[in-house]
Amino acid sequence: MPIHEKHLIRPENLLRKDKLEVEGVDVSGDWSTFIQTRVITDYNESLQDEIAALPGGENIHRCWQCGSCTNACTVNAINPDFNPRYWIYLIRIGLESELVRDKDIIWQCVSCNKCTYACPRDVVPEAVVHATAHWLELKGYVPQKPSVIFDDAFSGQVFAKGKIEEGRLMRKFFARTGQKLAQPWLVAMVKGMVARLPVTLMMRLGLAGLIHPRTRGWSGKRDAINEYVAEQNAKHRRALGLNAQPTESRT
Amino acid sequence: MTDKYQKVAYYPGCALEGTGHGYNRSTKEVGKALGLDLVELENWNCCGAMEVKNVDPKLQTFLSARNLKIAEEMGFKTVMAPCNGCYHNLKKAEYDLAHDQSSRETVAKLSAKSGEQPYQAGNVETIHALDWIKDAVGIEELRKRVKNSLNGLKVANYYGCMYVRPRHIFPEKDKGPGSESTSKPHFMDDILAAAGAENVEYPLKTACCGGAHTLSDSDTSTRLVLNLLTTAEDCGADVIATECPTCHSGLEMHQMRAEKVFGKKTRVKILYFTQLLGMALGLSARRVGVHENFSDSRDLLKARGLG
Repeated sequence: MPIHEKHLIRPENLLRKDKLEVEGVDVSGDWSTFIQTRVITDYNESLQDEIAALPGGENIHRCWQCGSCTNACTVNAINPDFNPRYWIYLIRIGLESELVRDKDIIWQCVSCNKCTYACPRDVVPEAVVHATAHWLELKGYVPQKPSVIFDDAFSGQVFAKGKIEEGRLMRKFFARTGQKLAQPWLVAMVKGMVARLPVTLMMRLGLAGLIHPRTRGWSGKRDAINEYVAEQNAKHRRALGLNAQPTESRT
Repeated sequence: MTDKYQKVAYYPGCALEGTGHGYNRSTKEVGKALGLDLVELENWNCCGAMEVKNVDPKLQTFLSARNLKIAEEMGFKTVMAPCNGCYHNLKKAEYDLAHDQSSRETVAKLSAKSGEQPYQAGNVETIHALDWIKDAVGIEELRKRVKNSLNGLKVANYYGCMYVRPRHIFPEKDKGPGSESTSKPHFMDDILAAAGAENVEYPLKTACCGGAHTLSDSDTSTRLVLNLLTTAEDCGADVIATECPTCHSGLEMHQMRAEKVFGKKTRVKILYFTQLLGMALGLSARRVGVHENFSDSRDLLKARGLG
């Protein structure tokens, strides 16, 4: 699949008159198509530094725009607008307004690391894309995306207890994203399983939901992690020129 | 084949205590059947999976390094993790601690605050369940131990992302004949071929199942999984063999979701490679936890005289 590019000439920048005569010559139709001059004045000259200040964005300056990342990308194959090479380009030249046009898809990276595998410059595009999604959220361009809500619910459990219990995690995620837990496909799957499972295993799974699995003596680690997360959040906000207010539940 | 993997530390991870319990059970049973010893890490914690790194990658390093430290303190040189996520994260922690000063500093700081000694890179080797079986027993020996051959069962071997990418955290891979390949992995193929399976040529061995967004971007995951399933069927596979609990439950969940939400039904079965291997070693389907999978493979197994 060729590298798919987003045209900077957008439909809204095309001017076309149905009836146009220039010096007695009729140039209606395709001949009368003009492209509106596009003047860009809103460069954010520190955009690359801002992304580089967030975890994962450190190597963005190494990119030489070969496009291996986009060519390898899992999500690009199903949505050609998902284009990490292009986003890195926009960030490096500081075109914030162009970048923000894709704010609702950048979070969709599936972390398959095909880009990182392909990258000849060790940019770690997977991490840069996550840093960019994080940046969009810190800057207030987007509300928390479902994947971030999931990351937070998951990480919150790990930080608090040392371990994950999947049933509780799913309930919490569905509640926080306002979805019903009883999705038809999930119900069908659980029904099929319950019919086959021995009673003892059902009891074990049920118990895991009630008594959260945990790592013993975790409280010291919990406190150290939470302190570190708060420190980092404050640092990231400072780097982006935002006030030191902690972000809403990054953990 | 090597003796050093005869007794190793075992890191099951969170998924193997929940949705991936069939993988946990079958891994232990296969170990027993092959005379290998697994000693579970004492009081382990979550490796950080695919989520903690999105809050802060160095926290993932800290969490994973703590598990490596436990293995070291228990006197082990090797820790085996059957879950791709755990395996990947322990490898990543090892790499980062060996190469990145700021990762070392953060882990040292967090360890000191929580009253523990930090893990030093180089003290413990992390291996996958595939390395463990292939290297501790050897393919030739494995072939001799097979009691109930898979008898030409057509298998598509699916490895997923975290077992091979990114390349730099797996320094032992891509080292020529005998080593694992990151572009076309074959350890699972080798093991199941020894168990009597007929491996189909499956071009999506290392494609992504969308596991990171199984719930948060379900439509994307369903599309990716549906592609894996239909391609496996087109390649003639009866079974997709898995070696990761996230891939496995993702494949099962989205097979059902594709049917219920997209109206696309696929019939290929999904089994852990340890379940297939266990049955070939003469264990019953129940012993290797086939009943704990979400999808029901009993008809196929019965028809093929397995388990």
